[in-house]
Amino acid sequence: MSDQERILKFQIFRYNPQKKGDKPRMVTYEVKEAVGMTIFIALNDIREQQDPSLQFDFVCRAGICGSCAMVVNGSPTLACRTMTSTFKDGLIKLLPLPGFELIGDLSVNTGKFMRAMSERVESWIHDRNADKVNFEKLEERMDPDVADEIYELERCVECGCCVSACATKRMRPDFLSAVGFMRLARFSLDPRDKRSDEDFYEIMGDDDGVFGCMTLLGCEDYCPKDLPHQTQIAYLRRKMVLVK
Amino acid sequence: MKVIYTDSLVIGGGLAGLRVAIASMQRGYDTIVLSLVPAKRSHSAAAQGGMQASLGATVKGDGDDEEVHFGDTVRGSDWGCDQDVARMFVNTAPKAIRQLTAWGVPWSRVSAGDREVVMNGKKVTITEKKEAHGLISSRDFGGTKKWRTCFTSDGTGHTMLYSMDNKAIQMGIPVHERKEAIALIHEGGVCYGAIVRDLITGELMAYVAKATTIATGGYGRLYAITTNSVISEGIGNAIALETGIATLGNMEAVQFHPTAIVPVGILTTEGCRGDGGLLLDKDGYRFMPDYEPDKKELASRDVVSRRILEHMRKGKGVASRYGDHIWLDITLLGRKHIEKNLREVKEICEYFLGIDPAKEYIPVRPTQHYSMGGIRTKATGESQTLKGLFAAGEASCWDLHGFNRLGGNSVAETVVAGMIVGEFVADYCAQNPLNVSGTTIEYFMKQEEQKITDLLTRDSGENPFELKVQMQKIMMDDVGIFRNAKDLEKAVEELKVLNQRAKNIALRNRISSSNPELVEAIRVPKMIKVAQCIAYGAMLRTESRGAHSREDYPARNDKDWLKRTLTTWKDDSTGLPEVTYEDLDIMKMELPPASRGYGVDNTVHHPDTARREAQIEEIKKANPGADRFKLQELLNPIPIPEKFKGKNERIGRGFK
Repeated sequence: MSDQERILKFQIFRYNPQKKGDKPRMVTYEVKEAVGMTIFIALNDIREQQDPSLQFDFVCRAGICGSCAMVVNGSPTLACRTMTSTFKDGLIKLLPLPGFELIGDLSVNTGKFMRAMSERVESWIHDRNADKVNFEKLEERMDPDVADEIYELERCVECGCCVSACATKRMRPDFLSAVGFMRLARFSLDPRDKRSDEDFYEIMGDDDGVFGCMTLLGCEDYCPKDLPHQTQIAYLRRKMVLVK
Repeated sequence: MKVIYTDSLVIGGGLAGLRVAIASMQRGYDTIVLSLVPAKRSHSAAAQGGMQASLGATVKGDGDDEEVHFGDTVRGSDWGCDQDVARMFVNTAPKAIRQLTAWGVPWSRVSAGDREVVMNGKKVTITEKKEAHGLISSRDFGGTKKWRTCFTSDGTGHTMLYSMDNKAIQMGIPVHERKEAIALIHEGGVCYGAIVRDLITGELMAYVAKATTIATGGYGRLYAITTNSVISEGIGNAIALETGIATLGNMEAVQFHPTAIVPVGILTTEGCRGDGGLLLDKDGYRFMPDYEPDKKELASRDVVSRRILEHMRKGKGVASRYGDHIWLDITLLGRKHIEKNLREVKEICEYFLGIDPAKEYIPVRPTQHYSMGGIRTKATGESQTLKGLFAAGEASCWDLHGFNRLGGNSVAETVVAGMIVGEFVADYCAQNPLNVSGTTIEYFMKQEEQKITDLLTRDSGENPFELKVQMQKIMMDDVGIFRNAKDLEKAVEELKVLNQRAKNIALRNRISSSNPELVEAIRVPKMIKVAQCIAYGAMLRTESRGAHSREDYPARNDKDWLKRTLTTWKDDSTGLPEVTYEDLDIMKMELPPASRGYGVDNTVHHPDTARREAQIEEIKKANPGADRFKLQELLNPIPIPEKFKGKNERIGRGFK
């Protein structure tokens, strides 16, 4: 990392739908780079020093919560863990994540989308006995490798990068998207979930589900958690096509 | 005026809040959760290393049970905790984890047979029992006698929160996102909900409820450098304080985690040291055994943080442009282990430091991490002074943690408190009618409307962002790990001035809808008040206990200070809160005060300690046949809800 101070140029999408007469536009801000600066630090700097109306979402600022996905120089990614030093020319263009309702500037309503997704895929353990479990007794055993595999698929942080990178989603507004497929893959792998393949077919066995995927795999390219979307989508398709 | 009615209003959508809402719904009460952010983004998700519950499945957890967990928790709290609460907690934690298992958490499981682990810097082979295969595993954490911390790699909080929120979604519990509670509604000493601002439209609404639970997490963001997420600003504590009736407990009890990365303060889990990681100084020397020969890197968090600072003060820190730090070495754990069990840590190192922790040391230093203090409650979770107001999780001073929380006991507290307090919330809903007058609701609504109008129309005044930075600097510099009268008096005075200045905030961006500056302007005066409670309480407490460490009063003083600090703010025009104290009754303690076993024991003992010890001996002698359950009943009868009273099963010993 160079010790020389650079002036970064941020081009930021600005539009507040709550404000009457406001129009979408790009605004440029200059920020003096600091060592170890992330887009999180820079955006707060702009808000505090230059424009207190600038809207964006950060929560954990550690790449864990998935709040801050935005389009950085053309690629959807988590802004909090994107270091400004990775941009050689010091030009950083920020746009809100497409495919979601815009709240304002860089803030989008992923929460609403993800809750609807969870309801649609019924993102919970389906087992009539789950609420009757006697929690005084030993827990049900699970193969340690299966537990690890489930965690592997549960690492999704619902950031929305896969949704915004998905060409199918652009054409089919109700397309479930990789985040939904990953969730279904996670539950279909889980021996505690008693749903059958037929049950899963009801959720995803159509063109808004796993058969609609054009396999352009933007999800695989842009997932900040490197989840195995390609493998899981292929696996789900094969599994669903075998349902009679 | 928009008014929304419910039975059980929950402010905060993290683990504790969601669990209270689930309990309310299970008992048939209407419930609404308010959250600043989508629930799955709550700070609970950032918990990495694990949840303590004495399941004892791993061979290194052999012999673990409620008694051992209780002892560790009480000692860890430096005897500041409420032992009734600690008892309810340790008895319920195994149930909580097993319930979460049924709800979907993919806990890491025990694999029968040999496995290599790192202990005390050396590779050791341990053999897991065949009969434990497939049960929930656990790892070592600081300040515990057994390997008790159950985990999902180092994404434990994430998997717990996802399962909990999924359960809430399954039950159809509404989570009203991007809503901020800015004042509580109360009348005649009873709380009836909150005035809430929609962070998108700016609309003010009254959420009117029989029971109101605050589960808004900690107040880490009062400090300049913290591991906490940006929403952990103590606003839940502040709105309780602003009622003038509810009390805050032990606000000066603030934990610093030994290993957050430098400079940004992001946490690397205690699991790094639990799994065998070491702390090294600028010479690559492992210094913790010199200070704590017994527990070494796995002493309690407050102790390790102080030892690191002590060592750095001797000139042994690694100099950097951001000040001194030390090294966390996990290279000895091997790449395979790191990529499986410490993968969040690995990602954090790669993205924020540009290093590979399997090959390089991690620069770390103690950083603000946890708020032991919070809304003071009874063991039921209800405020001692404001009826109908409950608190759970980090926002509360239920008082499980006293003056120092053990690693792994925080996510455990969120779900256990959620279960227990949730039952008492439901009981409250059953027993109390909604008896609030429209005039009262309107009064609070008008009051908040007026404050916002004032902010939007004031021509010139203070910048809220600047006030916040100044407050954070004061807290960091003068109310940190080591404290003394001079610094604390300065902090109290400076915060008093900030409090006055915060009454004159003016905005540059004067719109009432979605407006980050307005959000800041509403929060900052509240944050300053909470900061004042911490600084003032710390100044008055002339002893050292747990994380509250006074250089000028280094001894723990049970004789004069075995008491909980209670803070109220009755009159907004005064510059300081009012502080009173609540005695801890040694004669009711199951485990009377003793040494924690770190460094030199210079405790000033209370005369009751010896009396209680003798009394306990007598009780034990009088009941020679009593098993541990009977003894506990004799020494510490607790009001645990019926549902959670049963004994917990473990391999090799059944329900014994």
